[in-house]
Amino acid sequence: MATEGLVRPRLKPAPRAPLAPQQAIDAFARRHRYRWWEALPWVAALAAYVLFPSYIPLGAQILATILFALSADLVLGYAGIVTLGHAAFFGTGAYTAGILAAHGWGEPISGLLAGTAAAALIGFVSGCIVLRTTGLTLLMQTLVVATLLYEAANKASWLTGGDDGLQGMEVWPIFGQFRFDMFGRTGYLYCLAVLFLCWLFARHIVHSPFGRSLTGIRENVRRMHAIGAPVRSRRLIIYTIAAALAGTAGALIAQTTGFVGLTFLNLDRSGTVLIMLIIGGVGRLYGAFIGVPLYMIAQNRFSEIEPVYWYFWLGLMMIIVVVFARGGILGLAERLRR
Amino acid sequence: MSIEALPASNGLALETRGLCKSFGALTVADNIDFRLEHGARQALIGPNGAGKTTFVELVTGGLTPSAGQIVIDGTDVTDLPQAARVKRGLARTFQITALFRRLTTLENVTLAIAERDGVAGGLILPAGRHNGVIEEAFELLETLGLAEDALRPVSALAYGRQRLVEIAVALGLSPKVLLLDEPAAGVPSGESGIIVEVIERLPPDIAVLIIEHDMDLVFRLARRITVLVQGQVLVEGPPDAIAADPQVRQVYLGEREHGRGGR
Repeated sequence: MATEGLVRPRLKPAPRAPLAPQQAIDAFARRHRYRWWEALPWVAALAAYVLFPSYIPLGAQILATILFALSADLVLGYAGIVTLGHAAFFGTGAYTAGILAAHGWGEPISGLLAGTAAAALIGFVSGCIVLRTTGLTLLMQTLVVATLLYEAANKASWLTGGDDGLQGMEVWPIFGQFRFDMFGRTGYLYCLAVLFLCWLFARHIVHSPFGRSLTGIRENVRRMHAIGAPVRSRRLIIYTIAAALAGTAGALIAQTTGFVGLTFLNLDRSGTVLIMLIIGGVGRLYGAFIGVPLYMIAQNRFSEIEPVYWYFWLGLMMIIVVVFARGGILGLAERLRR
Repeated sequence: MSIEALPASNGLALETRGLCKSFGALTVADNIDFRLEHGARQALIGPNGAGKTTFVELVTGGLTPSAGQIVIDGTDVTDLPQAARVKRGLARTFQITALFRRLTTLENVTLAIAERDGVAGGLILPAGRHNGVIEEAFELLETLGLAEDALRPVSALAYGRQRLVEIAVALGLSPKVLLLDEPAAGVPSGESGIIVEVIERLPPDIAVLIIEHDMDLVFRLARRITVLVQGQVLVEGPPDAIAADPQVRQVYLGEREHGRGGR
């Protein structure tokens, strides 16, 4: 035994290690490769377009709301920033695109980009202030930002229509070719295309070193400081990106429904998007694709069957998820697979 | 674990001059002059409440000193934020394990290496394409005997192995100065051997400061010991001198006699 101890070099790799470095690298590299099931949401969206023509307008709203929830997932699920003011960015995007369309500029793509940019700006400026804090203080401050914008939109009724909402939006055909038809087909495909591009973008961020460092911030912010990460600027960057995408979602809904109202900015909107995300699963990029359709279709069905008490059934659904499916439906699926 | 040549300068890896910190009337660091040489194996000991944790926070930048200077490898870092001190070669571990629990062991180390290399904020290439970073992280895990746990989430590891990951993350920064805050805290004495062994095998050019309660571990690893009492350096010297020092025996080792039975 003693001689063996002398002969064996001390820095030798652990003898039981079954992994070769290449395997470890492969395991890392595999994570950003596309998997077959990632096509499912898109197949489902196209199938719904063909199979349920009467639900196409609802479908377009669902697609835009998925984008809104996806943006919330970037801040909440990846960076661990708990916010109750995400509607601020959604509303900013919606009002920007809406006001442009109501005042003679109805070109949809530039309107969408304007809404995105305006929301990014609000996200950056408010992020500089609110992200100095964490936890409950941060939660309250995000709420304050959304409330301020809500009241601003309420007061500035000459611009926003105030309580009555923004009237008289006129959205031009996409690329001068595809008119927004009364059946909502163009709107649906427009939302689908924009969601797809934004999903590619979000997916790229999540799998980049920047995205990985966000999960580090979520898991242990103290350790991220200790390894020298510029935590504050990383949080601000993702907060701004998520605000931009929320703005895109708001602009999409404004352009496809032709209406913007104060409800685009209220607490209810901020809270509901979190509920939808939690039902689907937080921090998994696909929670939005499950939670949002489930919630919105259930809401649609329940409100038809039970116009007065539909909130009760939604509440029941929420309780079931919280009690039996921690981590949302995707979390449940992950546990079942193991 | 990259082994670099010893730095040409014969200065100190870490130095504090007249370091003070008070919270109101309570003084927790009182004029601390501390020196850590390149490649040192030094321990900082002291009874509970002596100010050891405060000292670590002051040095790493978690707390701002009321007075005094902190110098890392010849650079005054007193006014620099935590991240800038890390860039100058200061790394630390935590007494209470502070890891990215739901991420894999490999990913925990990868995050540190990516920060060190300045690629952690990258948005262009996917993280999986940074092969150099991943390879280095895996090699580091191999040298620490953690390779078999590379792809398991840290939260699934035994506590003793989590303490090793704690050191691995700090080593991923290729530090010049490594502060180990009670590296074996909470580890059953039967398993603390692997941690001691890892510390013994650390590259010789890293200056290591161990903040520790466990006297066996301190006397096994440290070539110099600094004793901190009530925010002041009581005495500093080689282990046998510290063990023989009547003052130390009275305030520290003596106190431990009374508390015997815990460990």
